[in-house]
Amino acid sequence: MAGALLEVEGLRAAYGPSQVLHGIDFAVEEGGITALLGANGAGKTTTLRAVCGMVDRSGSIRFGGQPIEKDSTESIVGLGVAHVPEGRGTFVKLSVEENLRIGAYGRRARDGVAADMERMYQHFPKLAERRTQQAGTLSGGEQQMLAIARALMLRPRLLVLDEPSFGLGPLIVASIFEIMGAVRRDDRVSILLVEQNAALALELADRAYLIETGRVVMSGSAKDFRDNEQVRRSYLGY
Amino acid sequence: MTQLTQQILSGVATGAIYASLALALVMIHQATESVNFAQGEMAMFSTYIAWSLVQVGTPFWIAFVLTVVISFIGGVLIERIIVRPVENAPVLSHVIVFIGLLVIFSAVAGWIFTYTVKQFPSPFPTKPLLGGAVTGHDLGVIGVTFVMLILLFLFFRFTPLGLAMRAAAQNPESARLVGIRVGWMLAIGWGLAAAVGAVAGIMVAPILFLDPHMMSGVLLYAFAAALLGGISSPGGAVLGGLIVGVLENLVGTYLIASELKLTMALALIIIVLVVKPSGLFGAHAVKRV
Ligand SMILES: Nc1ncnc2c1ncn2[C@@H]1O[C@H](COP(=O)(O)OP(=O)(O)OP(=O)(O)O)[C@@H](O)[C@H]1O
Ligand SMILES: [Mg+2]
Repeated sequence: MAGALLEVEGLRAAYGPSQVLHGIDFAVEEGGITALLGANGAGKTTTLRAVCGMVDRSGSIRFGGQPIEKDSTESIVGLGVAHVPEGRGTFVKLSVEENLRIGAYGRRARDGVAADMERMYQHFPKLAERRTQQAGTLSGGEQQMLAIARALMLRPRLLVLDEPSFGLGPLIVASIFEIMGAVRRDDRVSILLVEQNAALALELADRAYLIETGRVVMSGSAKDFRDNEQVRRSYLGY
Repeated sequence: MTQLTQQILSGVATGAIYASLALALVMIHQATESVNFAQGEMAMFSTYIAWSLVQVGTPFWIAFVLTVVISFIGGVLIERIIVRPVENAPVLSHVIVFIGLLVIFSAVAGWIFTYTVKQFPSPFPTKPLLGGAVTGHDLGVIGVTFVMLILLFLFFRFTPLGLAMRAAAQNPESARLVGIRVGWMLAIGWGLAAAVGAVAGIMVAPILFLDPHMMSGVLLYAFAAALLGGISSPGGAVLGGLIVGVLENLVGTYLIASELKLTMALALIIIVLVVKPSGLFGAHAVKRV
């Protein structure tokens, strides 16, 4: 899998004494979308946190060919990894506009921040209407849009999303997935996606990995997953 | 009537000092969720630095600026060296560290500078102004504090660093995920709080005179101010400071013996804690999930 944007091999992670990841391998191709699937508690969030240095980890993580498994979260962000955490990570007491501006904090190129904010307001007109409002007053769907817009303000090479559909109605979920598709097309941002809604994730992704109790138990193209009898029964429900 | 105006204006002047120290308390509280009991003692120590500089012939305003800078650096170092190791420890450990700091600053000041009360020069004319309604010192204190508060407001509101500091205090995890070095933001917050405290100390010293216990009463008023305004609200703390300053003066002049003024501050603290623990302006951020 040479030339992948993100390559992870033998990733292990623990919270204190309890080992949660037992050697995980996966990759995200340049311009591609990789989905991590798995039941509750399988270790999906932990995998994303390990990639971004938010939890003690070991193993090999290469981003753009460069090893990052020893780097701090802040340095990894500086390389162009934007992570929308579980629960969206909104700065609830800052305004919508300030949330966007802070998203650009870690990026190298300081110019064009204002122009990028205008672009986000075009992508997400709801946010433009609420730009001076406290972000904590936004609805769940609006906050998820804000979280994605905040992440895009970094001009990332890799967008890491942890359950973007969580707690949202089907219409909003559909529009968020549409936006993610557009982001990949227009900005050539690669995406690493964790999603409960496996059917939706497999529609968008080109590669997928199934994680069970801290191990990858299946990997392949999204099509392989959709065609797999067992995956269909356990995760897709048809 | 003149007496009333006089009392109110001089209340605003002391209130401005309480407001500064209350703001310093709020700044630390936003980042660490606990109250820095040593804030007053740190300000006292800063004031001794200013006094020493003036003693060796430094012009007042240069000593002022130097002291503010030294205090800022001192605050950053205290965070890095003493507070950082207990960052993730329970609140009780913070309290113990803060009380430890208080004792250390007080003892070291006594040891270096002795407990003899010292005069501290005022840079402002002492003669009464506006037909005796206000002294030059009070007016100067009001001016200096308000300039400082406005600068702080502009810094937190409009600069990238100010925004990053607010973000780091609110949601450290998210802040790291946008690339903010949260540890440094906390340290800078301590530096700013120490610098603000230094200004408060220098402004109050010509009135209270300088000794190692100079700030203990002031801190109590500042604490009352911060609680009154809402410990989570910087603007509230400033307003709380002004209210407490004016109240203190009026109550001390017209209602009770001035010896009981500190008791009034304590009573105010208790009333706020019982009646409205979030303070006047400390309404919780609206939150949806
Ligand atoms: N902060 C923590 N401390 C200790 N254990 C944790 C912590 N966070 C997660 N775990 C444990 O690690 C395991 C994996 O959790 P993780 O959050 O990665 O799962 P997940 O696949 O994201 O699940 P979900 O779909 O519910 O979000 C779980 O058994 C969980 O109990
Ligand atoms: Mg999860």
